[in-house]
Amino acid sequence: MTAPTSSDSGRPDNPEYAAWRERYDEANLRDKPFETMSGVPVEPIYGDGPYPGEYPYTRGVYPTMYRSRLWTMRMFAGFGTAEDTNARFKDILRNGGTGLSTAFDMPTLMGRDSDSPWALGEVGHCGVAVDTLADMRDLFADIDLSAVSTSMTINGPAAVILAMYIAVAEENGVTPDQLAGTIQADIFKEYQAQKEYIYPPRPSVRIITDMIRYTTAEMPRWHPLSISGYHIREAGSTAAQELAFTLANGFAYVEAATAAGVDVDEFAGRLSFFFNSHSDFFEEIGKFRAARRIWARWMKERYGAKAERSMLCRFHTQTAGVSLTAQQPEINIARVAIQALAGALGGTQSLHTDSYDEALALPTEKAARIALRTQQIVAHETGAADVIDPLGGAPYVEWMTDEMERQAEAIFAHLDDIGNGSILEGVYAGIDNGYFVGEIADAAYRFEREVNAGHRIIVGVNDFTDGDDGEQHILRIGPEAEEYQRKRLADVKQARDDAAVAASLAAVTTAAEDPEANLMPPIIEAVKTYATLEEVVMAMEKVFGTYVEKAVL
Amino acid sequence: MARATRPIPELYEAARAGERRALGRLLTKVERGGAEADQISELAHPDAGNAHIVGITGAPGAGKSTLVSRLVTDLVAAGRRPAVLAVDPSSPLTGGAILGDRIRIDEGNDPGEGRRSFIRSMATRGHSGGLALAVPLAVRLFDAVGYDPVIIETVGVGQVEVDVVGAADTAVVVMTPGMGDAVQANKAGLLEVADLFVVNKADRPGADDVRRDLSLMLDLSHMTGQESDTGYRPPIVMASALNGDGHGDVWTAVDAHLAHLDDTDTRSARRRHRIRTEVRARLLQAMSDAADHEMSSPSGTEWLSKAERAEIAPTHATDQLLEQLLQPTEETS
Amino acid sequence: MSQDGQIRIILAKLGLDGHDRGIKVVARILRDAGMEVIYLGLRQTTDSIIAAAEQEDADAIGLSMHNASHMTLAPAMVKAVAEAELDTPVIVGGIIPDEDLQPLRDAGVAVVLGPGASAEEVAQAVRDAVASV
Repeated sequence: MTAPTSSDSGRPDNPEYAAWRERYDEANLRDKPFETMSGVPVEPIYGDGPYPGEYPYTRGVYPTMYRSRLWTMRMFAGFGTAEDTNARFKDILRNGGTGLSTAFDMPTLMGRDSDSPWALGEVGHCGVAVDTLADMRDLFADIDLSAVSTSMTINGPAAVILAMYIAVAEENGVTPDQLAGTIQADIFKEYQAQKEYIYPPRPSVRIITDMIRYTTAEMPRWHPLSISGYHIREAGSTAAQELAFTLANGFAYVEAATAAGVDVDEFAGRLSFFFNSHSDFFEEIGKFRAARRIWARWMKERYGAKAERSMLCRFHTQTAGVSLTAQQPEINIARVAIQALAGALGGTQSLHTDSYDEALALPTEKAARIALRTQQIVAHETGAADVIDPLGGAPYVEWMTDEMERQAEAIFAHLDDIGNGSILEGVYAGIDNGYFVGEIADAAYRFEREVNAGHRIIVGVNDFTDGDDGEQHILRIGPEAEEYQRKRLADVKQARDDAAVAASLAAVTTAAEDPEANLMPPIIEAVKTYATLEEVVMAMEKVFGTYVEKAVL
Repeated sequence: MARATRPIPELYEAARAGERRALGRLLTKVERGGAEADQISELAHPDAGNAHIVGITGAPGAGKSTLVSRLVTDLVAAGRRPAVLAVDPSSPLTGGAILGDRIRIDEGNDPGEGRRSFIRSMATRGHSGGLALAVPLAVRLFDAVGYDPVIIETVGVGQVEVDVVGAADTAVVVMTPGMGDAVQANKAGLLEVADLFVVNKADRPGADDVRRDLSLMLDLSHMTGQESDTGYRPPIVMASALNGDGHGDVWTAVDAHLAHLDDTDTRSARRRHRIRTEVRARLLQAMSDAADHEMSSPSGTEWLSKAERAEIAPTHATDQLLEQLLQPTEETS
Repeated sequence: MSQDGQIRIILAKLGLDGHDRGIKVVARILRDAGMEVIYLGLRQTTDSIIAAAEQEDADAIGLSMHNASHMTLAPAMVKAVAEAELDTPVIVGGIIPDEDLQPLRDAGVAVVLGPGASAEEVAQAVRDAVASV
């Protein structure tokens, strides 16, 4: 191992280093001195290659990482009506932000309208309610959709929401190819962990491949899929399971899309990932590093990707909501800080830090601000962003990276086996036979038993419990949003052309029946007639059926 | 218990009149066993005897619950009143159990119609003997209050589970591709009791292999005594409970088997067999209880400790206890 | 509760909330405490839970709530139990802020279990709720 040097002149003979250095020197860097608090200059990177931006990208997806640009501090929040969220969006844009993150309420996430009996008590609670094109129009009123990047966290009914977004843009003269953003649309993890599914897996994947085909052809700036391990971890998985299930889901989507005739390099570069950052610091960092290495190798070797972008595991990170305690909630600030630092040292592209009071309810404004400040401290005060992969080369970190990879590969081998040589079929089989939910439930139970037995200490919960003053500031959503939204929906239904709605929904059903058809165009037409989210969802459900989870405990 | 209790005859009449709560309560008493269960058996006996009793078993993960769910949906749609007794194993250590089968089975219910079906989960409660007693009684109760067919669903792992299904009018064994099921089922003795095989998940690779294996095993005539007696050969139905293919065929085959029983006048033989099995199980349970009682009686304890101190041989102690057991004295009554 | 002490409890998620980590852990805790857990899983309605409670002759109904909908749904469940003329206690666990504890009890919820309850506390709370009927 080459000893770190104070300048690159110490490594003139290393061609690997020289190649990386060339790319680094060509890049634009942040305008600040890269030195310690005490004024000691620091190198962009220490230790051996492969260097960042070089295959297999263990040390980072870009050659310069945070020296060029800090991670995106993406704070995801939202509740109430479309108008409330629109006001918040405009606030973000006024303050120089360009990325809008949209959280939807539970009925919307499940493809239900605000007037459904299932929606009772849930409308506008954990995000915005979108029933029809009218709501989507309110949500983005007076915002130039060609100039922003919008992230939409929705899965089961993602195609309908994307269709509404496209339709609103069109009304404002913005064409699909001008739209930039991400829609989560990761349905596999719904069956495995988050449980916000509508249809059985195979028709759901057909809808997603239709979206991938559509966006590949029409929306080059759009990311049609954010493959998410976050919810897998929140449901109780281990770090290695989070890593392996997420990447396996990614492989499965790649297999599904290529089977539908899309070339891997045409879409793989627009896939992105979403991971959890939990409290076991080095395990998390090892997980992030292993994710990049595994994805690159599988894309290159197994799926024949040629384009570098197809091999890059670019990911968003959120601190572990499940780690937040209701007891002594203020100490969650310390947990979030450590988890945020792990995300930064793991090379994340964007980061959401949780608010300390989120164990109980929606974050208060103050708590959300503290959460943002926490990652600003990591970015600007700790020096962690000045050196790329600063822990790379440390024996423990390298061992942990290898160990995460080893555990993940064992899981891939199992899925490949039960899928008879196909990860896609393996993921289907694992959903069907309860493998994923069973593994996650086992891990969650093991953890709880360890905590219960006192073998594992959670500060404030099973030890160091003094000091809980019981003070809780709870942000509540009143029933007004629900009442408003139901009335709004009734008005829209009253004013629309019912015959046009019925005809457009019939066209959606017809497209669903034809496996060769792409569902996106008829869905776009349907939402333009003010067919509701639930109506479009049901028009497909007639053909696709519903999914009921098997009890695996 | 402060819980409102109604006398058993009142509960029974309420259950006959369609009160689901009363039937639920009676089933708890049946499961608990003892004098109340016996009383329910006596009450139900005259009203029972009409239902088609169908046993469905298979390895864990064979898709039994999903299949049963489909069948229940079809039966409700056809105007029948199906009851399902879903038997799940308890933990042998704690006696606790997680009964998760309702999740899929309950799909068949139609809330709008006052729910024509009735589904009850039953844990084995650690002692399989209890199952052998409780299941026939629960089935009789369902039958007596008007449910038909009565479907017993078990995981085909233990002898008692196999016996319970084997004592039905029609025994259905569910298999899936790729699980080595045919071999497992053969070992468990399921092939001998099957009147009908369902190869579930028939859209999977290997489904035809399962069918061929089964066919081959059925060709060995010793597998089924029925074929030589009545010319009946268990059919093999291919189905996919998940996407709904073939469940119609399953029930058609179940009905056809019932018709075959009626045609060949063998349904009563099944019933006789079932009653013999139940009586034998109850006798065994009574004797087992008596043995426990005898061993804890004063003289029993004495003989036992002599054997434990190796003063006498265990056979000697057994002989003494047996002698007391078989001649009724004040001590054992 | 049956005389042999075997408690039968229904566990369910009411409404759209899909967070089932907690309820699955509780199912195992109660099983290991010797109870029979009838697990109904996700997306249940008060109707489907009542139907199961009647058919299974359940001694208690346990709901897990993580969606801030407990103030709407838990009282609805209690009301449905009463309308079905059942005496089954309703137990609620999950993310419940302290200030909601008393209103929920006032609404007829037998026990409210907050985050951080130990396995013993969960099992004992169920036993107490069943014994109090």
